[in-house]
Amino acid sequence: MSLTTAHAEPSIAGVGDYIELMKPRVMSLVVFTALVGLLVAPGHLHPVIAFVALLCIAVGAGAAGALNMWYDADIDCRMTRTAARPIPAGRIAPGEALAFGLTLAAFSVVILGLLVNVVAAALLATTIAFYVLVYTMWLKRRTPQNIVIGGAAGALPPMIGWAATTGGLSLEPVLLFLIIFFWTPPHFWALSLYRTDDYARAGVPMLSVVAGPAETKLQILVYALILAPLGVLPWVLGYTGLIYGAVAVTAGAALLVLALRVRAERHGFAASKQLFAFSILYLFLMFAALLVDHMYPALFGHLAA
Amino acid sequence: MTMSGLMNEDPDRGVRLTEQQARARRARSVAIAVALGVLVILFYIVTLVKGPAVLVRPL
Repeated sequence: MSLTTAHAEPSIAGVGDYIELMKPRVMSLVVFTALVGLLVAPGHLHPVIAFVALLCIAVGAGAAGALNMWYDADIDCRMTRTAARPIPAGRIAPGEALAFGLTLAAFSVVILGLLVNVVAAALLATTIAFYVLVYTMWLKRRTPQNIVIGGAAGALPPMIGWAATTGGLSLEPVLLFLIIFFWTPPHFWALSLYRTDDYARAGVPMLSVVAGPAETKLQILVYALILAPLGVLPWVLGYTGLIYGAVAVTAGAALLVLALRVRAERHGFAASKQLFAFSILYLFLMFAALLVDHMYPALFGHLAA
Repeated sequence: MTMSGLMNEDPDRGVRLTEQQARARRARSVAIAVALGVLVILFYIVTLVKGPAVLVRPL
């Protein structure tokens, strides 16, 4: 398909194509981590305002996804994993995706600022700008540290949620930020191990392309060794209860075991695929445990009384 | 060109949408209308929830 001639024909893009442009799967994880940040923060936020905050965060994440797809359309069409996306597949013209992304970004930030608070809006604007300008446009095609530094964008949503409730920040949301930040490299590098050819064809210098699988596996293990104890830290520091502590210890140990298996794997990618799948579950479990731990006294306190 | 000139123009000229293109455009138009409607309702509800505080915006 030719990206430059996509404007010649009137658009056949349906609503589903625009939803796909917003990367709904990434968006769901963003919304979930933001929801947890919003709920575990001290203070009270009216449910309607909380809904508005989450909606704005979701739309802001979608805007970042659309702008990413706009900029990356030329390499997306060279990768099997991304070739069917709306722009490389010719269903949405690049200009339409750019306008869509910019409009959503502006609306989400302004509405979050007007209806919730300015700190949360500033953090959302930072997240979108970091993902699009720093990760997508600057780092992604230049350095194997792309997803390490760019991971900061994906780590910000719990801080936005926290700021939506409190109007400020403290050490606890920074810990949540760090957990996602150090989770990102093992997650994406596990994927890149069995997608190395795809990334190489597109000219994206992922660690597995530039440094090879052995170095990538070592780096995965190093980050897992940082992440596992970091995940337990909120419990050690007394911010959470035993439920979170037990989940963090168990899930962290499982992550380490899988990272060791990836390191030991000589043939095939079974362990890498397992680690990639488990890393998603790991993040979900950690934040779900945080939420349950926080809500437990309110939900089940009367049973203990 | 005058308005009457435009109206008398050959209807076959210009961009003619296929059925698929027309259907897609209609779906997009409906989605935009729904999004705008939701936005209006959202602002209305938030105004009710916040009351006079909706005008308070300390920076």
